[in-house]
Amino acid sequence: MTAQAQVKAVDTTPLWRHVKKEWKLYSFLVIPVIYFIIFKYAPMIGNIIAFRKYRGGPNIFGSEWVGFTYFEMFMKDPTFWRAFFNDLTLSVSYLVVKFPVTLIFALLLNELRNIKWKKFVQTVSYLPHFISMVIVAGMVKEIVSLNGPINSVLASLGVDKISFISLPEWFPAIYVTSGVWQSLGWGTILYLAAMTGINTSLYEAAKIDGASRLRLAMHVTIPGILPTVMVLLILDIGSILGSNFEKILLLYNPLTYETADVISTYVYRMGITGGNFSYATAVGLFEGIIGLILVTTANAVSKRTTKSGLW
Amino acid sequence: MKRNSTFSTFNIVNTLFMILIVLFTLYPFVYLVAQSFSSEAAIYAGKVTIFPVEFTTKTYEVILSKPDFFGYYWNTVVYSVIGTFIAVAATAVMSYPLSKDKLRLNKFFIPFVLFTMYFGGGLIPNYILIAKTLEMRDTIWAIVIPGAISAFNVILMKTFFAGLPYELEEAGRVDGLGVFGIFTRIILPLSKPILVTIMLFVMVGIWNNWFGPSLYLQSKEKWPVALYLKQIIDNAVSPTEIGATSDQTSQIAASIKSTAMVLTSLPIICIYPFVQKYFVQGMMIGAVKG
Repeated sequence: MTAQAQVKAVDTTPLWRHVKKEWKLYSFLVIPVIYFIIFKYAPMIGNIIAFRKYRGGPNIFGSEWVGFTYFEMFMKDPTFWRAFFNDLTLSVSYLVVKFPVTLIFALLLNELRNIKWKKFVQTVSYLPHFISMVIVAGMVKEIVSLNGPINSVLASLGVDKISFISLPEWFPAIYVTSGVWQSLGWGTILYLAAMTGINTSLYEAAKIDGASRLRLAMHVTIPGILPTVMVLLILDIGSILGSNFEKILLLYNPLTYETADVISTYVYRMGITGGNFSYATAVGLFEGIIGLILVTTANAVSKRTTKSGLW
Repeated sequence: MKRNSTFSTFNIVNTLFMILIVLFTLYPFVYLVAQSFSSEAAIYAGKVTIFPVEFTTKTYEVILSKPDFFGYYWNTVVYSVIGTFIAVAATAVMSYPLSKDKLRLNKFFIPFVLFTMYFGGGLIPNYILIAKTLEMRDTIWAIVIPGAISAFNVILMKTFFAGLPYELEEAGRVDGLGVFGIFTRIILPLSKPILVTIMLFVMVGIWNNWFGPSLYLQSKEKWPVALYLKQIIDNAVSPTEIGATSDQTSQIAASIKSTAMVLTSLPIICIYPFVQKYFVQGMMIGAVKG
């Protein structure tokens, strides 16, 4: 260990000489970096239209400054606040259900001793992750439809049919359940990867001490995957505003806006459909900045408490 | 040790739980297939739950006899192949130098890439850039370029490259290979799991993409099948438009949706088991070391 650390001595050659020496490797980066500037960073700068009166057209710089006018506008807009709280409600309820369920599923998968059966369960559970959102939304609509299987079961129990997809009170349940269906298997993949990284001698030592399976999971497996758990939790917290845009766009309808409309769908309707580009950009920028603040805060808290974080 | 025997209570309960998960995951697919082979009357009566009722292949005949569906399908294939090639090549080229500790400027470039994972331009600025500033509207480039490199894929591939034994590169250098030769003849052939993983991620992403095309492709003949499917599900496309004769239209309104969904997801479901082992390997290596 110490020998390796010594090898990594600080490179003291002047920067220009270093670049000159390694220019072939650096040249690999030219096109990708230009790509990042155009397609990732330019849109960030494009957010300045939130502070300008943009009327469409290719040039985002040719319009007058309006300061925080659009931000003040959406702060007074009840539709924005509805979207804001729906976003929070949907993300938090999804997180609260998905997170423990995925973790428990991963722990149980890890306990399967029959390798073929384990592989089979994994293969099946990953599959929904690869299905188009259009198809997922289509499936959901068919399954909860008036003549779908859920209503058939209800009918056989003597309960009246329910038009789930047009009732606002059912939207969060549909959103969370279909989200768990889609992500359950995929969510375990990093936990399982982390579990294979745990030193097997820890298990053996604990077994000699007479630890039961539950205790092995509690005292060896869970601490072993804690850094992974924290990283995934931080990422989830960072996207707490920003519920799944595509899925909501495909599943909601004016009847369910009350509980289903979130910030990103509101931005879509305002900006793309309604043409209020500057206003929609201001709302979108607000969402992005909140996300960034949340990730940074969660990361700082995690680093202080568990010593693991994203950076 | 009785605790570790295969027939312990825990194992039985766990196996039952796994069976439940498998059923929960597969049921929507089963339902969709059953519906696509059922008669419209049976669907409306709510009789279809697991097996097809009043078995018929009518909707398949209607869709498959209409060349349009294949046209949209073909567009999807073209977008996926070209887009995947661009994305994998660009991701690999970017990740390789970033995996080298000796490059001092990586201290700047890695955060430069990472930052885009946590903050993005947002829908409207991206739309204005692609549609208005770059005028990529109604071209394949609007579909395959904007999403070509993602920070997540770069980090995954960079981690994989960093784990390859340094001695191999050294051997290549001794044999007279340059930087580019080492990359194409030593690094890339050794990186099959991660290349296939990224390839699969990108391909599935483009295959399933309907939102980008709905924003940028005005001419219907350029649409990918996912966007067409969305129109069918929204009932924006009537059965007659798909090519059903008038006596068929009343028969197929609901099962046409299921049939179109089955046909669209079929290629993914068919390829998936074969590439699965690669992406699990690729994700694991990329994640454990990361």
